Amino acid sequence: MKTTVTYVGNWLKNLFIIAGLTSLMTGVAVASESHGADHGHGAHGEEAAHGHASAEESEDVDITEVIGHHISDGHDWHIIDINDHPVSVPLPVILYSSEKGLDVFLSSKFQHNDDGKVVVETKAGNRYVKVHEEIYFASEKANAHGAFVEMDEHHHPVNAKPYDVSLTKDVAEMLLGVSLMLVIFISVANGAKKREGKAPRGIQSFFEPLILFVRDEIAIPNIGKKHHERFMPFLLTVFFFIWINNLLGLLPGAPNLTGNIAVTLTLAVFTLVITVVNGNKNYWLHIFATPGVPWWLLPIMVPIEIIGIFTKPFSLMVRLFANITAGHIVILCVIGLIFMFKSAYVGVASVPFGVFMNALELLVAFLQAFVFTLLSAIYFGSAVEEGHH
Amino acid sequence: MDKLIQPGFGLIIWQAVIFLVVLFLLTKFAWKPVLKSIKDREATIEGALNAAEEAKAEMAKLKSDNERLIKEAKVERDAILKAANETAEKLITESKLKAREEADKEKEKVLVAIENEKRSAVASLRKEAADLSVEIAEKVLRKELSQKPAQDALLDSYVKEGELALLN
Repeated sequence: MKTTVTYVGNWLKNLFIIAGLTSLMTGVAVASESHGADHGHGAHGEEAAHGHASAEESEDVDITEVIGHHISDGHDWHIIDINDHPVSVPLPVILYSSEKGLDVFLSSKFQHNDDGKVVVETKAGNRYVKVHEEIYFASEKANAHGAFVEMDEHHHPVNAKPYDVSLTKDVAEMLLGVSLMLVIFISVANGAKKREGKAPRGIQSFFEPLILFVRDEIAIPNIGKKHHERFMPFLLTVFFFIWINNLLGLLPGAPNLTGNIAVTLTLAVFTLVITVVNGNKNYWLHIFATPGVPWWLLPIMVPIEIIGIFTKPFSLMVRLFANITAGHIVILCVIGLIFMFKSAYVGVASVPFGVFMNALELLVAFLQAFVFTLLSAIYFGSAVEEGHH
Repeated sequence: MDKLIQPGFGLIIWQAVIFLVVLFLLTKFAWKPVLKSIKDREATIEGALNAAEEAKAEMAKLKSDNERLIKEAKVERDAILKAANETAEKLITESKLKAREEADKEKEKVLVAIENEKRSAVASLRKEAADLSVEIAEKVLRKELSQKPAQDALLDSYVKEGELALLN
C-alpha cells in the first residue's frame, strides 16, 4: 500500500509539473483569445469569441448561450469570429430516414444559421433546416419569424426529424484523439519490438510506466493476477481514451468531448456489458442469493442488487460528464466575466484565475480517467471474484 | 441546457463504432506487443536477478569449500609433522637403546673373558704353587730320608697302613 501511495504521489508530482507547463501555454492562448475578443468588442461592440446567435440585436453577450454552445455538440467546428464573420470547419452532415433515405452534405450549407431560416435542399429533393443544432425536415413555408419549422408553445420545433449520424465536432475531435492514440501507442509497440528485452527509450519510456500503472495499480489489485489479463486492453483503451480526450478538450477551441453525456454513456455501457458478460457463478449468487442474508430479506435485497448492476455504470457516466462539463463551464464563466462587465480590466483577475482553473482541470483530466478505469476494474473484479465463504 | 443531459443518437453510434475499432486496433497492434515485451522484460530481469543470487550462493559455497580444504590441509600437515616427530624420537630412543644393549653385551663379554682369564690365571698359579710345594716337599723328604731310621719308620707306617687296608 505504501508503494502505491508513493507511486501515486510521484505521479501527481510529475503531473503538476506537466500541468504547470501546459497551463502556462494555455494561459497565453486564453489570454490571446480574450484579447482577440476584446478587439471585436471594440470594433463592433457585440460579438464575443463564441457568441453570435442571440447577440445580434443586443449590446450584451449572452454568456449562458456562449457556454451552452461551447459545451454542446455541433454540426460544424466553430473556432472564432473575426469581424462578425464566424470561422469554422465544415463537417459532413449524415442524415437517414426510412422514407427519405440517406443524405450527406457539408454543414457549411446551413451558412452558420441555427434557427431554421436556411433550408438545405438535397439532390433527392429532401429539405432540411437546423434549429439549435438539431436537424429537422423543413416545413413548406416560413413561419412568422422566417423559420421553416412549426413551433409549439415552448418554442420547440415540432417537425419530424431524420436520424442524425452526422460527423459532428465531437466526432471530429474523437477521430483526432483516437488517431493520436493510435500513433502514440503503435510507435510505443514498435519501440518495444525493436528494443526487445532492453530498456525503453523516447516515447516508449514515457508511456510504458503509464501502462504499468494501469496494470499494477488498477488492474491487478482489483481484478487479481489470475484474471486481469483479459481486461487489460479495455482498461488501457478507456484510460488513455478519457485522459487524452480530456487533455485535448482543454485546448482553446476544442470541443467538450468527454463532457458529452453520449460519450460517457457509451463508455459506461461498455463497462456494464463487460461486467455482466464476465460475471461468474459467484457474481450472480451475490445478486440473487446474497450469502449471509436471511431468506426473508431477499425480496428486498434482490431488487436492490439488480438496480445496483445499473447504478454502478450510471454513476460512471454522470461522474465523468459532470466533472468535465463543470470544469469547462467554470473556465468559460471566469473568462466570460470580462464580457459581462465589458471591461478588459476584469481580465487582471479572471485570466490568472482561468489559468489556475486550467491547471486544476489538467489534474482533473488525469484523475477522472484514473477513477473511471479504477471503478471499471473494481466492477470487473467483482464479476470474476472467486467465492471465499 | 436540457440538451446537455440528452445523449445524442448519432454521437452514441460514432462513439461505439470508433471505440470498438480503436479497441481492436490497439489491442492487436499496441497493447499485446507492449504488454508482452513488458512481461518478457520482467521475466528477463527476474531471471538475471535469480542467476546473480545463485552465483552469489555458488561463490559463498566455493569460498566455504576452500576454507574447509585449507583447514583440512592444515590439520593433515600438523598430523604429518607430529608423526614425523614421533618417528624421529622413536628412532633416537631405539638407537639409544640398541647402543646401550650393544654396550652391555660387550661389557658382559669382556667380563666373561676377564673371569676366564682370572680363572686360568688362578689355576696356573695353583698348579705352580702345587709344583713348587711338591718340589719343596721332595727336597724336604730327600733331606729327611737320607738317614736310615727315618726311612724305616716311614716304611713301617706304609706297611701298617697297607695291612690295615687289607684287614679291612
